Amino acid sequence: MTKLTIRTYSYLFLIPAFLIYFVFYLLPTVLSLFFSMTRWTLTDWNYIGFDNYVTFFSETALSIGFRNTLIYAVVTCGLKVILGLLLGAFLTSTVLFKNYLRSVIFFPTLLSTIAVGIAFSIMMHPSQGLINTSLAVFGIDGPDWLGNTKIALLSVALVDVWKGIGVATVIYIAGISAIPGEYYEALKIDGGSSMNAFRYITVPLSRPAMNSVIILSFIGGLRSFDLIWAMTKGGPGFTTDLIASIIYKQYQAGFYGLATAGNVILFVGVSLLAFPLYKYLTKSEVHL
Amino acid sequence: MKRTTGQTLAFVTSVMMILLLLAGCGSSNNTPSATKNNTGAANGKTDTTSEPAAKTTLTLMVGNSGTTLEALKAVATEAEKKLNIAIEYDIKPDGTEGDNLVKTRLATGDMSDLLVYNTGSLLKAVNPVDNFLDLTNESFMADVLDSFKTVVTVDGKVYGAPVGSSSAGAILYNKKVYGELGLTVPQTWTEFMANNEKIKAAGKTAVIASYKDTWTSQLFVLGDYYNLQAQVPNFADDYTNNKAKYATTPAALRSFEKTEEPFKAGYMNKDFLATTYDVALKMLADGTGVHYPMLTSALDSILQNSPDKINDIGVFPIPSDSADVNGLTVWMPSGLYINKNSKKVEAAKKFAEYFVSKEGQDIFASKVKAAGPNVIKGIELPDDAYEGVKEMQKYFDEGKTAPALEFVSPVKGPNLENLTVAVGSGITSAQKGAEDYDKDVLKQAQQLNLPGW
Repeated sequence: MTKLTIRTYSYLFLIPAFLIYFVFYLLPTVLSLFFSMTRWTLTDWNYIGFDNYVTFFSETALSIGFRNTLIYAVVTCGLKVILGLLLGAFLTSTVLFKNYLRSVIFFPTLLSTIAVGIAFSIMMHPSQGLINTSLAVFGIDGPDWLGNTKIALLSVALVDVWKGIGVATVIYIAGISAIPGEYYEALKIDGGSSMNAFRYITVPLSRPAMNSVIILSFIGGLRSFDLIWAMTKGGPGFTTDLIASIIYKQYQAGFYGLATAGNVILFVGVSLLAFPLYKYLTKSEVHL
Repeated sequence: MKRTTGQTLAFVTSVMMILLLLAGCGSSNNTPSATKNNTGAANGKTDTTSEPAAKTTLTLMVGNSGTTLEALKAVATEAEKKLNIAIEYDIKPDGTEGDNLVKTRLATGDMSDLLVYNTGSLLKAVNPVDNFLDLTNESFMADVLDSFKTVVTVDGKVYGAPVGSSSAGAILYNKKVYGELGLTVPQTWTEFMANNEKIKAAGKTAVIASYKDTWTSQLFVLGDYYNLQAQVPNFADDYTNNKAKYATTPAALRSFEKTEEPFKAGYMNKDFLATTYDVALKMLADGTGVHYPMLTSALDSILQNSPDKINDIGVFPIPSDSADVNGLTVWMPSGLYINKNSKKVEAAKKFAEYFVSKEGQDIFASKVKAAGPNVIKGIELPDDAYEGVKEMQKYFDEGKTAPALEFVSPVKGPNLENLTVAVGSGITSAQKGAEDYDKDVLKQAQQLNLPGW
């Protein structure tokens, strides 16, 4: 074998993988950067520079969208981190029917998001929905969950948490199970309570798991779309619009260039928030 | 060693060939239809020995809501007997999802032979000049009324035949309740609001709103166009040419105020944000709700859901501020278009001819009752037409009608339905809603590359 063959030989094996990467990932990314600066139909296009970005930023609903997206991401992420930790600790303890309860928590994750959205929007009907008719039994006059502009977004966020908490809990369970038993024994010998065990061992030592949950659910929240579309379609008016639903509306109206520009903005926005967060979280991680 | 290199190269090339094959699959979408054609021709050949003429099979793309599909099927069954032309249905969803599907299928050259699609501004968005067959000089188009032809005409050429009857954007009302409460059909907005007050006092919902289905919220704006046009005759042109705005034309702004006022006065049903179109129609039919601003094609759905109540429903135009201005805003029916690149254009033309003929229209009308006057000469409303439609005829006879704005201008902002929900549920004011709509329209006009924007 010549020297050149030896040097290039191994690279030949990379070609199939590279082709797939190029065709399905690299090319669309570069193309979407380009198409975000055009007005295009499916058959032809014309270049218009940064006009799409200007239009997208002057979108009336956009400021609402940015705010809503942040609120949505922070609320869903926060609740998943806290509730997931509590559930994870509970389900790794010596509780009865542990495996059964674990599968109950994980069950909503397996459902289709659209189905969950439709089911909950029916249950949240202000006068005939299951939730408010149940509340009425106790004499509570339930709010219009999806129609009240102040709480509609939070209602959807809660459904998102209900559906997504299974994954967070499973990650926590894995993290907590990896903590060596000796730590807990040592604490017991020193006379610590189970509260102490949770506070001084479980919480700090499940930090790697917690970081995964934070990153996953935060990015998931920022680019969330399906649930909000199934439940409110961004309404009433524009009060529950997220960036992703605004982008979808542009696409629906046939403004493909504008929708692509919106996606580039979303991509840059998520990267700007997620990378520093990831850096920060991994730096403060504790090693076992 | 040399052999190994050769083997690697062979491996790599084969992988690349597989990838190329995979990529090739994308463009092979046409193969099934091509094969279908061949088999069709082959069948034809064998058929000639037993049957007099070869049977042609056409594909027809149509939406599946309402009763249009059933009526089309009835016509097609007869056509198969008469013309030996069979129709295969290609069902699409309605609304924006369906619009996207049509755009994609047209762009990829995968459109069926015939298409039932919107007229007016939505037709212009799918580039009919390149995609559909010019029907201007076809003999069967002679009896189609000019009022319909204008909404399927692009660059002076007519592209579609009408499917169904016209309808109007108006207020559907429950005549039984009107009788019980001793109310008369209002001539002005003030009278309308006075009626609402009496209905509310009687413990019923005066104005039904069904904002769960957002599109239903637009009727106070869209259906008000007759009144707008009566006061500002140039509005459509000026609006298309970026010279008139909704927010700065008082008569146009009035449409948004009409959306706002019933909410402010508390005339709407309690759960209007969670109410769907179907529930709203039921409320109207039962008389628990009395006014419903809606397209008259809703009468068809009422007949399906509550057939015994259909003649309790009447129709009156959205009232203006003056009793002298009182007319209907009219929606034209969908169009039947022929795919320009279809291989069976002649058969498609024959089918279209049969469809608009007296015979075809009679079969169609036996399955779906007219929601308004017909747009083909010589096809009269039957005696058993809906009460509401009979009430509409008066306005047509007196010439007090105007086509809806979306039929006379290509400009229509995509977010109107969300904006009217916001205005109609008190989230934003009428003024702000109209301003936002003007911005929405600006965006659409720029995307369409209209001159002057």
